[in-house]
Amino acid sequence: MENLDQLVQDGLAAVESADSLQALDQIRVEYLGKKGVITQQAKTLGKLSAQERPAAGQKINEAKGQVEQAINARRTDLERAAIEQRLASESIDVTLPGRGQDLGGLHPVTRTLQRIEQFFSRAGYTVEQGPEIEDDYHNFEALNIPGHHPARAMHDTFYFDPGTLLRTHTSPVQIRTMEDGQPPFRMICPGRVYRCDSDMTHTPMFHQVEGLLVERDVSFADLKSTVEEFLRVFFERDLEVRFRPSYFPFTEPSAEVDIEWGREEDGSIKWLEVMGCGMVHPKVFEHCGIDAEEYRGFAFGLGVERLAMLRYGVNDLRMFFENDLRFLRQFR
Amino acid sequence: MKFSEQWLREWVNPANDTQALMDQITMAGLEVDGFEPVAGKFSGVVVGEVVSVSPHPDADKLRVCQVSDGKQAVSVVCGAPNVRDGLKVPFAVVGAVLPGDFKIKKAKLRGQSSEGMLCSEAELGLSENHDGLMELPEDAPVGQELTEFLKLNDVTIDVDLTPNRSDCLSIKGIAREVGVLNSLVAEGPEITPVEAVHSDVPEIAVKAPEGCPRYLGRILRNVDLSVESPLWMQEKLRRSGIRSIDAAVDVTNYVMLELGQPLHAFDRDEIDGGIVVRMARPDEKLVLLDGQEVELTADTLVIADHAKPIAIAGVMGGEHSGVSEKTRDLILEAAYFDPITLAGKARHYGLHTDASHRFERGVDFELARDAMERATALLMSIVGGEPGDIVEVVSQQDLPIDRTVDLREQRVSAVLGLEIGRTTVEEILTRLGLRIDKLLKNGWRVHVPSFRPDISIEEDLIEEIGRIYGYNNLPVTEPKGSLGLRPQQEAVRPVSAIQDYFVSCGYQEAITYSFVDPKVQNLVDPEREGIALANPISSDLSVMRTTLWSGLLKTVAHNQNRQQPRIRLFETGLRFVKDGDRIDQRPMLAGAVVGSQLPENWANGRRNADFFDVKGEIESLFRLLGIEVQFLAGQHPALHPGQTAELLRNGEHVGWLGILHPQVQKKLELNGTILMFELSLNSIVSGYVPNFKDISKFPEVRRDLAIIIGSDVGFADVERVAKKHAGEHLTALRAFDVYEGESLGEGNRSLALSLFWQHPERTLNEEEVHSLFNGVIEALQEELEATLRS
Repeated sequence: MENLDQLVQDGLAAVESADSLQALDQIRVEYLGKKGVITQQAKTLGKLSAQERPAAGQKINEAKGQVEQAINARRTDLERAAIEQRLASESIDVTLPGRGQDLGGLHPVTRTLQRIEQFFSRAGYTVEQGPEIEDDYHNFEALNIPGHHPARAMHDTFYFDPGTLLRTHTSPVQIRTMEDGQPPFRMICPGRVYRCDSDMTHTPMFHQVEGLLVERDVSFADLKSTVEEFLRVFFERDLEVRFRPSYFPFTEPSAEVDIEWGREEDGSIKWLEVMGCGMVHPKVFEHCGIDAEEYRGFAFGLGVERLAMLRYGVNDLRMFFENDLRFLRQFR
Repeated sequence: MKFSEQWLREWVNPANDTQALMDQITMAGLEVDGFEPVAGKFSGVVVGEVVSVSPHPDADKLRVCQVSDGKQAVSVVCGAPNVRDGLKVPFAVVGAVLPGDFKIKKAKLRGQSSEGMLCSEAELGLSENHDGLMELPEDAPVGQELTEFLKLNDVTIDVDLTPNRSDCLSIKGIAREVGVLNSLVAEGPEITPVEAVHSDVPEIAVKAPEGCPRYLGRILRNVDLSVESPLWMQEKLRRSGIRSIDAAVDVTNYVMLELGQPLHAFDRDEIDGGIVVRMARPDEKLVLLDGQEVELTADTLVIADHAKPIAIAGVMGGEHSGVSEKTRDLILEAAYFDPITLAGKARHYGLHTDASHRFERGVDFELARDAMERATALLMSIVGGEPGDIVEVVSQQDLPIDRTVDLREQRVSAVLGLEIGRTTVEEILTRLGLRIDKLLKNGWRVHVPSFRPDISIEEDLIEEIGRIYGYNNLPVTEPKGSLGLRPQQEAVRPVSAIQDYFVSCGYQEAITYSFVDPKVQNLVDPEREGIALANPISSDLSVMRTTLWSGLLKTVAHNQNRQQPRIRLFETGLRFVKDGDRIDQRPMLAGAVVGSQLPENWANGRRNADFFDVKGEIESLFRLLGIEVQFLAGQHPALHPGQTAELLRNGEHVGWLGILHPQVQKKLELNGTILMFELSLNSIVSGYVPNFKDISKFPEVRRDLAIIIGSDVGFADVERVAKKHAGEHLTALRAFDVYEGESLGEGNRSLALSLFWQHPERTLNEEEVHSLFNGVIEALQEELEATLRS
């Protein structure tokens, strides 16, 4: 028993110097295992008197406890050090860019079209499509633009043969939809349109959205609110809107719509024309078999590229159809 | 239509300034496009008189003049060829500032002192004319400020008129409108008939009264066309954008601008017999005033004499019968031509004249006589002459009918959304010159004057009321109406979902022209002919695309030429194919991919996109859409014969995927391996609505096998045979390795497959799986000559 203290001292020293979990475990076996030097001390208890035995036993247990505690503490330290070492070896440069596919983007015209479609869909308008190679009847006649009409000259039409052409506006889709259905109608017709014109401010193809609402009771005042709200929602600004009398063969009364776009030097509003609109001409209803005494309607039309240019500050219309990636990527 | 503000104010003179006036007419529907001062900005220029002219001692082309400014005469050196004694000219005195901030100082020119400068029109910003000094009338008051003398404090206003407002193609029409807007009466010069002094009248026969319901002619004898038109007339014409030619042409132009009636003057001596208004005969030719010879078509209304056509009615006169300095006797013409007969005629001959512009839109059919009287009086005041009587040929039945239009009070408020009130309506109509013929129980019967051919129905009147009341004074209300829910098919995905999918796969959307270069299209789609435009904008945009590839490949080239090695594009839109008599206009989805599959960075490597990259993206699209599509080896003239798949859905062709054929690629001068796909949108957007099945609680069993099989046997064949023999509980079959190598022998490859089985209601036992697995192996051996790889 005299050397028990010594054994404990030796054990503690060994634990202290153990530099790995493996070494520590060996020490545990050496001192506290079944045949460990401290465990073995218990065998000496038999040689002691019954009176001495409890105290000696307690001493041995205390010695075991002391070493065991040291081992556990040392193990915790060694384990923590091991984890820390692993973590240190696993650290990465989180500032490097991630792996995988890049994001593409929608064409700004599509982006603009989708916004416009969303606004009107929420207001109960359907989105209608139609052919781009049209017949003269749907593109002109049915819209109250007969062959001799001076407005035809304003349309600069692409022809295939005298009766077949590229639609100059999306209004023929409205005609087709009205021919096939029954009022009331609320629709917008987005899509490509074509005019035989190409310069700084004209491309031979561009996009329009035309809207139509046909109800029993609808007025120019309703048209005004629809157009004003649309423009304010589109530009996300409470801008000034004005309606200027104009002329379209398919609407009567007709108006062009100007929005406030900056100020003149003298502080007055600078107006910019953005849309056309009006009340559906009775002749158009007649062509579609709708009783103009029973129903009225309003229609409006806008150029998508023009709105996209204003919205995103694009300064050259032609860029929309060059599809230069350096241009397109700015809209993703 | 360009006009001088001052001229307008002679007719009606509201208190508002130029800007307010322009705003006002713009908001009434006569859109002002712009305005320009009628002269450059200058000061210190007076009416000067050249008192004497003597040669410059040291310069052949210069002269030394004594010029009076009304107070004194000073020396001015001048090089203009038309300088002469007694000439009245614009004289910039010392201290004057000419346009361009050009200051006039005392100077010495070749040793002779010069105190001031005599000016041309160009130097004063009046016109481009710098052929000599501007000549002022003999009675110009010497010493008066030129600005005051010429009333240069004026602007030219340019109004962009809509085609319905032919009534505003004159000072009279615009003045009428300004009068309505300001509650003023517009009044022009009084027009009184000119008394005939002889009985010489033109012989006029109208053979085409439907095209020319009214024709007036008058002879004016013994005129002196060497006399120039007066400066005030030249100035008004100039400020309206019309150049002075000679007195006869100037007067007809002047009256056209003033009243809106185009007129024409013929040289009577050049007219054979009398005037005949008729349709042109086939093969007739006419040399026009502008010198070009045209072949007339039979649908052209002409003015002819007894031998030949002398003018295209309402468009342009002929050169031969036109007036000149030598003309002694004139025949003046004023007519009403039918707009429909004239529609498009000028354009047909490549012309657009002030006359055709007006006649096509509709001239006041009661205006001809007044215009004739006005023109006669003006002409006589300039060139003298003896007037005869007017001969008028009218076909009442061919003239526009004298219209009335009924207007209902209730309809006015229903359309405009506002109760305007009877008195306001009546007042607006009356001010516009629309007479109320009769009060009806529910409204008015309104007489439409001859100068408003655009008004024919009730809505036209409602527009007039709204326009004058002011669109911006009308209320703003929300549309009422049913807002029922609309059907929406869950199984049909919107195109926007497809677009968004491709964006998330790294594709950039392109929008290319629907008309393309036929040379490019013949390369990518040689078997179909594009529908050709009759009037293309250029040859490289002349046929309709039969495939979206035509435009996409041009876009690839554009970007490759701009240092963009990695290009991933998609487009949606119609393609156009002739199908018998019909045109098949079908929405397509197409893409082009070239360059590295992933954007270049430290982790992505630089592997170029290949067939299976794009196929994987398209397969995911089909999963998104909920459809099953087969990819079968196919042949397309523009695609690589060994790397092309035809896509079928339920046996129906839906599109192509493949690598652009290297030869096509070379011809289009493109770089890299270009992957192309095109799908018919309508064939793929409709999928299914999910239908839940119980999830099996029982374990899934997997078996792997590797076979050696001919390289010409497709995975699709292996899959088909395996599935046929794997029983109903096969849940999945995957190829997890494909290997080709010399060790397998020429024309062979190794395919490693895993098969998965699961029973919905019980655990599959070992024997069952074993037997199915062996069945698959045997079938592959027997049907596809596969051997099991050891």
